[in-house]
Amino acid sequence: MSTETLVPFDEALTRYDPVMGLEIHIELNTATKMFCGCPTEFGAEPNTQVCPVCLALPGALPVVNAKAVESAIRMGLALNCEIAEWCRFARKNYFYPDMPKNFQTSQYDEPIAFDGWVDVEVDGETFRIEIERAHMEEDTGKALHVGGSTGRIHGADFSLVDYNRAGIPLIEIVTRTIEVPPEKAPAVARAYVSYVRDLIGGLGVSDVRMDQGSLRADVNLSLKPRGSDVLGTRSETKNVNSFRSVERAVRYEISRHAGILDAGGKVVQETRHFQEDTGTTLSGREKSDADDYRYFPEPDLAPVSPSREWVEELRATLPEPPAVRRARLQADWGFSDLDMRDTIGAGALDLIVATVEAGTTPQAAKKWWLGEMARRANESGQDIDTLGITPQQVAEIQALIDAGRINDKLARSVFDGVIAGEGTAEEVVVARGLEVVSDDGALGAAVDRAIEGDPDAAAKIRAGNLGVAGALIGAVMKEMRGQADAGRVRELILEKLA
Amino acid sequence: MTTDLTRKTADELAHALATKEVSSAEVTRALLDRIGAVDGAIHAFLHVDAEGALAAAADIDDRRASGEELSYLAGVPIAVKDVLATRGVPTTCGSKILEGWIPPYDATVTAKIKAAGLPILGKTNMDEFAMGSSTEHSAYGPTHNPWDTTRIPGGSGGGSAAAVAAFEAPLAIGTDTGGSIRQPGALTGTVGVKPTYGGVSRYGLVAMASSLDQAGPVTRTVLDAALLHELIGGHDPMDSTSIPEAVPAVVAAARRADVKGLRIGIVKELGGEGFQPGVQARFTEAVDLLTAAGAEVVEVSIPSLEYALGAYYLVMPSEASSNLAKFDAMRYGVRVAPAGNDDPSAEQVMASSRDAGFGDEVKRRIILGTYALSSGYYDAYYGSAQKVRTVLSRDFAAAFADVDVLVSPTSPTTAYPLGDKLDDPLAMYLGDVATIPANLVGIPGLSLPVGLADEDSLPVGLQFLAPQKADDRLYNAAAALERLLEQKWGGTLLSRAPELEVVR
Repeated sequence: MSTETLVPFDEALTRYDPVMGLEIHIELNTATKMFCGCPTEFGAEPNTQVCPVCLALPGALPVVNAKAVESAIRMGLALNCEIAEWCRFARKNYFYPDMPKNFQTSQYDEPIAFDGWVDVEVDGETFRIEIERAHMEEDTGKALHVGGSTGRIHGADFSLVDYNRAGIPLIEIVTRTIEVPPEKAPAVARAYVSYVRDLIGGLGVSDVRMDQGSLRADVNLSLKPRGSDVLGTRSETKNVNSFRSVERAVRYEISRHAGILDAGGKVVQETRHFQEDTGTTLSGREKSDADDYRYFPEPDLAPVSPSREWVEELRATLPEPPAVRRARLQADWGFSDLDMRDTIGAGALDLIVATVEAGTTPQAAKKWWLGEMARRANESGQDIDTLGITPQQVAEIQALIDAGRINDKLARSVFDGVIAGEGTAEEVVVARGLEVVSDDGALGAAVDRAIEGDPDAAAKIRAGNLGVAGALIGAVMKEMRGQADAGRVRELILEKLA
Repeated sequence: MTTDLTRKTADELAHALATKEVSSAEVTRALLDRIGAVDGAIHAFLHVDAEGALAAAADIDDRRASGEELSYLAGVPIAVKDVLATRGVPTTCGSKILEGWIPPYDATVTAKIKAAGLPILGKTNMDEFAMGSSTEHSAYGPTHNPWDTTRIPGGSGGGSAAAVAAFEAPLAIGTDTGGSIRQPGALTGTVGVKPTYGGVSRYGLVAMASSLDQAGPVTRTVLDAALLHELIGGHDPMDSTSIPEAVPAVVAAARRADVKGLRIGIVKELGGEGFQPGVQARFTEAVDLLTAAGAEVVEVSIPSLEYALGAYYLVMPSEASSNLAKFDAMRYGVRVAPAGNDDPSAEQVMASSRDAGFGDEVKRRIILGTYALSSGYYDAYYGSAQKVRTVLSRDFAAAFADVDVLVSPTSPTTAYPLGDKLDDPLAMYLGDVATIPANLVGIPGLSLPVGLADEDSLPVGLQFLAPQKADDRLYNAAAALERLLEQKWGGTLLSRAPELEVVR
């Protein structure tokens, strides 16, 4: 593999404009597959959720899952799309072992939803992303390449295929070219994917878990020289498994394309795979017949023609639009504009909602998610919702603080324990011995020792200079290894030196 | 009435079974014996399931003895074309690529047959994946025409037609994508019906061309065809292209058999030049009989028929190229490693397996279809062909505004010698000119034997066509003509077929 020559992001943008589009695949959470009655649960034993239809046994025929059509329409409406009065499925023909029929039943020039838009916010600025289409299709099976060093097909000794995923309903959402200031492209891409996740999650039609693959984002990117109208060759980056990775993938591809173009080279039209550990992309497999899928209308399925009445019924089931919801939450919570921007930027809106629902005040919920959790996510390169801590757990820990049993500083250790799987917040507090000491006997003794150890400070306090109380409190806290109620310590000092 | 059980019609057998004159086990054994005796010369069957058939027969006999109310055809044995999935019984589609494949599920047609208690004698021979008009494209060797074993039985359903013509089965299931039920019917002197598209479930029918394929009855009489049609037809939630309406009253229509006042249109474009004189002569005589019986016969022109054959040979291979992609040796079927390659990729194994597993005609159609769907050619080929179908549908609808049924010879020729057209695919394709239009527009068609051609003493078929969902009209008209012909002949046409040499 040749080493890529990269041009730093900022420098690349002095000469090139990125042309970017995003494709998001969303796995629906219907009980059964797109074209057969097989269950769709994640994580079952390989090849146990299969039947003649999704294994493409000779003679089997597909039947459209009406619930999937309903979900597709609701999704289309949420994306402000038009809903087709009549549309068809089409066959996308190519050979690959993870695809039982060697064609994917998809939609081609007649998608169920088209011409939509969403507004996303980055740093307080709103950007409109135009949606070209949202169409229905089926997922492929999952190939596992065994042997070799990379886990990829090249160099593998053999491959296994799990067809449990084959036929799971997917909705593919395709944007038009995203027109934003070049330097904003990575952040807007991330914000868009995050926004769609929240939007679709709110509909309840998908688990929208990037880490489990129920939401997958592909980044299509090319560069055109500043001032030129000629579009460059694009790459399609897959395997982007977190919001953060979306941003990194866009940045990396801009740097990589610029490096190739600067050297007078040609960008290869190909699929790239994002590498989470290095933040780079690697050349992916070349599909057979990459240029010609020989689409034609699926003759085994009748056209789908949702009545306008049905579409309107479904429109009425849509939750509050995100902008309205945000305004409502901001007012309810008493957040400033900046608070709200940070919340959305961190992808923490729904986490705070859930934490508040679990009994925490909005301010405390914000403190934890935008402070402690955002820091941890940043340090570990994870999305904030994959840290291994739930809003319920945050609420439990805050309740312990409110009860005076731990303090903020001890809470960090409780988070560590909960994330490490040591049990509930309560169990971690007990097991790690983190409970603050508010027993006056033990504290009193420690206060006495602190007064003895620093007679100067004690004298000043007696003389009314309360500003030096901190020194004595610090000494007590040190002795108690942080596990003391600082407020009570202060009270005891002042009582004793009154 | 003959005492040889193998010579009885399904209706006669059903009656004899109902009145307990015979048992299903006796009938099934008689037919299995007949298969054993003559099928070496005919090769109608790819697989005979004696054990399964006898077990089903015994089961039905027990249930009948216990007084259970049974389907009318319960206990009457049947043969099934090897393109329909039969659970636990090999299904090859006449192809090497599926050699040894045992389906884990039943086609809906198979399931209905089993539920009604018809013992399945076995699976019948066919052109590979139903691609062909002679059954010579079977990877397991051709079927021979019982009228002259040096000749083809027609195709692709030559096995089903020959089995019925050779008295190896009273009933068989065929499938018809461009004439594969009707043309073998014509060439073997049997009755073959392609129902309205969507009238019989395609679930479990291994697809050649999804928008054209249709399963239907192969029998020796019109009434038997109606009885079988009623049994296998009807809506199936497993087939999205299945029509929701109930099967038309085909049995009642076959019993009515009255053409008085029926308006019959002779399709001008489906006759004359290119049609064998003996075929044309028998056709004309048959139409004269209908006229004499009170039908109003007129000539009808459908000019767009000129484009039907061309459209068919674009739509069919296009769909076939995609439908047959699943045969990739990954999940089932024959797997052949590429020669001289110790470490082949999946793609290389797919290619070598398909190369070894598919015959020439299948490859020819896959290549044609792949080309016709290619970007840049789609509009000119597949797209234009679909437009032809729209025009044809309109023209047929206009014709049916004036007449109740249309008629033509089923096939331009009688059965030709084996090997005659094997190296000339285009000549073979031309033999489908009269049957293809029904598939393109989704209307039902029935082929009825109307005599023997003077020049070769081989059977000639007449085809009735009716509007979509008016399959009953076919049965009424064909049953009437059948009666008129048998009165004229003093018996059935098949009673004039040469006796086959019986091997014991």
